[in-house]
Amino acid sequence: MEAAQETGNLTGIRQIILVLSGKGGVGKSTISTELALALRHSGKKVGILDVDLCGPSIPRMLKVQDKAVHQCDSGWVPVFVDQEQTISLMSVGFLLEKPDEAVVWRGPKKNALIKQFVSDVAWGDLDYLIVDTPPGTSDEHISAVEALRPYKPLGAILVTTPQAISVGDVRRELTFCKKTGLRVIGIVENMSGFVCPHCSECTHLFSKGGGEELARHAKVPFLGCVPLDPQLTKSLEEGQDFIQEFPKSPAFPAFISITQQILDGTLAQTS
Amino acid sequence: MEEVPQDCPGTSSAQAGKGASCQGCPNQRLCASGAGAAPDPAIEEIKEKMRTVKHKILVLSGKGGVGKSTFSAHLAHGLAEDESKQVALLDIDICGPSIPKMMGLEGEQVHQSGSGWSPVYVEENLGVMSVGFLLGSPDDAVIWRGPKKNGMIKQFLRDVDWGEIDYLVVDTPPGTSDEHLSIVQYLSAAHIDGAVIITTPQEVSLQDVRKEINFCHKVKLPIIGVVENMSGFICPKCKNESQIFPPTTGGAEVMCQDLKVPLLGKVPLDPQIGKSCDNGQSFLTEVPDSPATLAYRNIIQRIQDFCDLHNSKEEKLISC
Repeated sequence: MEAAQETGNLTGIRQIILVLSGKGGVGKSTISTELALALRHSGKKVGILDVDLCGPSIPRMLKVQDKAVHQCDSGWVPVFVDQEQTISLMSVGFLLEKPDEAVVWRGPKKNALIKQFVSDVAWGDLDYLIVDTPPGTSDEHISAVEALRPYKPLGAILVTTPQAISVGDVRRELTFCKKTGLRVIGIVENMSGFVCPHCSECTHLFSKGGGEELARHAKVPFLGCVPLDPQLTKSLEEGQDFIQEFPKSPAFPAFISITQQILDGTLAQTS
Repeated sequence: MEEVPQDCPGTSSAQAGKGASCQGCPNQRLCASGAGAAPDPAIEEIKEKMRTVKHKILVLSGKGGVGKSTFSAHLAHGLAEDESKQVALLDIDICGPSIPKMMGLEGEQVHQSGSGWSPVYVEENLGVMSVGFLLGSPDDAVIWRGPKKNGMIKQFLRDVDWGEIDYLVVDTPPGTSDEHLSIVQYLSAAHIDGAVIITTPQEVSLQDVRKEINFCHKVKLPIIGVVENMSGFICPKCKNESQIFPPTTGGAEVMCQDLKVPLLGKVPLDPQIGKSCDNGQSFLTEVPDSPATLAYRNIIQRIQDFCDLHNSKEEKLISC
């Protein structure tokens, strides 16, 4: 096996964070995107690697769905989201001829592309690489963890919604982390309550408390609750910078707190 | 299931048995002989098994978390309310099997008999099968690559003693990968009535659902229609409507018009749906007056009508 950690495209990356969930639709891509934006606002240089090959959501969330990737000597050049080149992104979305084209691949072909995404993207120097994953504990997850292992990722953030159905799947994801030796940075509970814009009544649309309880049961840190905010959804649909546009949103403090915990955690790890 | 090499090109690929990564694989000789490219004998076995199944409905979505399992569970409950019908619910989400919990069957185990695996019965006329029943603890993770998942799906179709069924509802994981290819492949000789595709109103869902629709076209799977879930929320206090997941690009309605597929209906967000699912109960009977219940019932009726139409078409062909 090559001494990949000595050379190669990931050597300029300080910290790698995976965003996982056993459950689909809990907000992995949303959290990945908002985390990247919040880290950028803290002055960090961030890359996002989207290994959801069947449902690549991130290009649109950052308004770069029409961009294409180019090759350079060290491999693929990631797509820069901004002029200052502080956020870069790689996704299978950039490799599709048409946006509605389905990637109908079995495991082995997916594994091959994920390996390429890990070793052949010329990220350059980054403070953080955030790896967004599809739901589950299968090919993409096994391949990503194996390919990233030599680079000693900081760990994984697990996303859940409050309800038991979601928590049930995330418990399995925790087992996956244990079995693959991936450290759990903490659990985020997303879609945690909706505040009616008309009367301010808070409704727990997807039940209540499951994320915090899971963190307690599994003895991992609880990073916080992110409430449902249609403004956040709209930002993502339209590729806006939520962190910049909506500092008064109820979801904003949650993202800032989660980001701060990661920054503090990084400091603690590296000191 | 045997382990396959990391870079297995796939047993039906032209490189099967010949690639560099095939060296040392126990199946190398088999693949190189071209046997892998031959049709899987299980397909015929499954065709025979499915003779006693009248209608097969797949519930799909490109996107995760839109309510496939919730819909599958309630479709099964709704169909089974007619006690003269036999209904089966098959959960092929191997990594995230939600169905046992939603049907109130958590902790149940599967039993073997002479005629195969027995499904777990919720009612006399509603049987369920899921990998969830094969796991010892709620923390057990199924960390399998594609080929092993495919093997499980094959077993579910071939080795479960379903008996005579009117409706087989198949709940799938999100995406367009192994599980989806396998279910379509293994049922290819047995005829699938069609697919119901679930989405939420936002573009991030529709984006993936368009891919799923393309997948259906690619594998020639008829589309019964699209269901738009989580379509608006009515505040219990002030009764104003909010769009939690705003349809910034026109929602499922516009997508269905563009792609010429039927829109079966829209289901509003009701917090009691999530609660019922967590408690393993049928929302249709727990909250019969909810607008969401009405929406579900209308959609289920449309699906039944679609299946009945196919029934009478088949009968016409046979009688000619």
